Amino acid sequence: MSTTETPPVSQFDLETTPGQGGIGEAAGAYRDRIKGGDLGALPAMFGVVVLVIVFGILEPDTFLTEQNFANLINQGAAIMVLAMGLVFVLLLGEIDLSAGFTAGTGAAILGVTLTEHGWAWPLAVLAALATGVAIGFTIALLVARLGIPSFVVSLAYFLGLQGAMLLIIGEGGTIPIRNDAILTIMNKNMPVVLGWLFALIVIGGFAGTSMWAIQSRRKAGLQTPALSVWAMKVVGLALVVLVFVYLLSQERQRPNAPITIQGVPWVVPLVAVLVVGLSFLLTRTGFGRHVYAVGGNAEAARRAGIGVPNIKTVCFILCSTLAVVAGILIASRDNSVSPTTGGAQTLLYAVGAAVIGGTSLFGGRGKIYDAVTGGLVIAIIANGLPLVTQKSGTQFIINGLVLLLAASVDAISRRRTAATGR
Amino acid sequence: MTKSVEGQQRDPLLSLRGINKSFGAVQVLRDVDFDVRAGEVTALVGDNGAGKSTLIKCVAGIHPFDHGDMVFEGQPVTIHGPKDANALGIEIVYQDLALCDNLDVVHNMFLGREVKSGLTLNETEMEKRAGTTLKSLSVRTLRSLRQNVSSLSGGQRQTVAIARAVLWNSKLVILDEPTAALGVAQTEQVLNLVRRLAENGLGVVLITHNMNDVFQVADSIACLYLGQMAAQVRAKDVNNSQVVELITAGRSGDLGLQPQVAAEAGVA
Repeated sequence: MSTTETPPVSQFDLETTPGQGGIGEAAGAYRDRIKGGDLGALPAMFGVVVLVIVFGILEPDTFLTEQNFANLINQGAAIMVLAMGLVFVLLLGEIDLSAGFTAGTGAAILGVTLTEHGWAWPLAVLAALATGVAIGFTIALLVARLGIPSFVVSLAYFLGLQGAMLLIIGEGGTIPIRNDAILTIMNKNMPVVLGWLFALIVIGGFAGTSMWAIQSRRKAGLQTPALSVWAMKVVGLALVVLVFVYLLSQERQRPNAPITIQGVPWVVPLVAVLVVGLSFLLTRTGFGRHVYAVGGNAEAARRAGIGVPNIKTVCFILCSTLAVVAGILIASRDNSVSPTTGGAQTLLYAVGAAVIGGTSLFGGRGKIYDAVTGGLVIAIIANGLPLVTQKSGTQFIINGLVLLLAASVDAISRRRTAATGR
Repeated sequence: MTKSVEGQQRDPLLSLRGINKSFGAVQVLRDVDFDVRAGEVTALVGDNGAGKSTLIKCVAGIHPFDHGDMVFEGQPVTIHGPKDANALGIEIVYQDLALCDNLDVVHNMFLGREVKSGLTLNETEMEKRAGTTLKSLSVRTLRSLRQNVSSLSGGQRQTVAIARAVLWNSKLVILDEPTAALGVAQTEQVLNLVRRLAENGLGVVLITHNMNDVFQVADSIACLYLGQMAAQVRAKDVNNSQVVELITAGRSGDLGLQPQVAAEAGVA
């Protein structure tokens, strides 16, 4: 019995899709998404505003200064880079607990080759990065090929790398970093003019590429977001970037000091390049798509012909290599490397940054710029808390609570997503 | 054995003859003959353990046959793995669908076979092709191609999984119990879609337990009974109770296995 004429499957139409209705409709769609449990960058934005207000009221003289704003960026940069690496691993639903000491080990290699062996800095940086690649590769071998849970493997590396650092540096020792190129990253600022040029490049680049994407979709006859929405996004980004550069272009030196300190720290363009490059990798390439697929449903990815172990391997290598970059930033900031570099709260700060930014601990959801927004929250806490209380006991407890709060928000939003079927 | 495969004008798209398959000492398929014609829905029915899944897994290249011949589009073929099957234009939609909830409809349809321009993904091309494929199937149940699969209903997910199978100029689509977890309205939608695949000229194999589904969409019914093909009949020549008898006893009146064969199979 075969029906010759089949009715349309349903009455809805593929063409009547939302997205043409301008700002109002975009805001409505955003509200729906948040109600459905997809909080995106909202907790991080909320965190930044609340923390700035709280610390601003408690410590207006020390916290709300241009000097401290620049400090905050330097403190946050390493956490952000470390968190970017962790995003790749977290997207798979895995974890790398050793990333903090991977950063330390990379910094130790950098310090030893630079200071004790007198290598040129590019060579020393390469050696440090190669160490990161090797660490990530071996972790991936044990996780993806042998099948040991990443929690256990990276916990073993957490201990092992701590030992390796002691051996490389020598017990109790500290290796000074004197190389100008390395020190410049965290200690010097761009000329003010260059800072403004940087702002223009960022704003123009975003406006240009997003407009180009809209045009190519229009040419292909696909639905496009309204121009008003595009304009609002560009204006929003421009405001943030311009205020940011303006604050950093102010004189930060105490009055009557002989030298001036002003301009955007050199680490900012470095972080910006990493954000753009890694976001491109994650959202525009086949590799990035497969990372999300493996994190979302590894079995489906395998049946679709994706080499799941290979994807995992590359993610762990990226995580460890970015951790080494973070280690170099820490070494540059401290002017030295010690066996505690990358230890203490470094890793938990980075995991917290990624999670507060909106990357899920359960895998499959997250973005590179989560690491930046979340890193900003963590940096403000790490910067403001010592101004408020000197007791390190209190600081540890508050840091622990913040991490738990972030993980709770993640778990609740995940449950909500499941409940609303998003 | 009475194999009442009807005489047809067209040659079958897929033709299996004398297929045998054992897992260790257990013979799961015994001299199975099976035909699928282009432009028709062939229902593959049988009780649990009758060998339906094994048969399609052999066609998909997941298990090799022990012996037997497979002819696809008139050419004898041997399939060594899932890639071989895909290359021939054979696609399977598994019961658990294998979709990634965190990706959108377009991403899922192109998963593992993304269209690229240089290094980057060609999103506009993929979205266009996904839209065209869904339109060719007259699918209008999706609000947006850019919504995540996690926000779709069971029927919509099934639709995406089927559309993904059709996207690659496939010739034979095998559906493993596509309506098992669906409500009445969604079952209706998916069955309409199955019908439309056949109208678009594809060969469709529908594995199901549901007799209503079978009589609603199937042109041909193949009944497996304990690893043997009891009968492959035209749907219009049989009624519900005959098919149920074929499934449960291996024979129904003149149809099906000879009594002693059915009895032996039952003992085995």
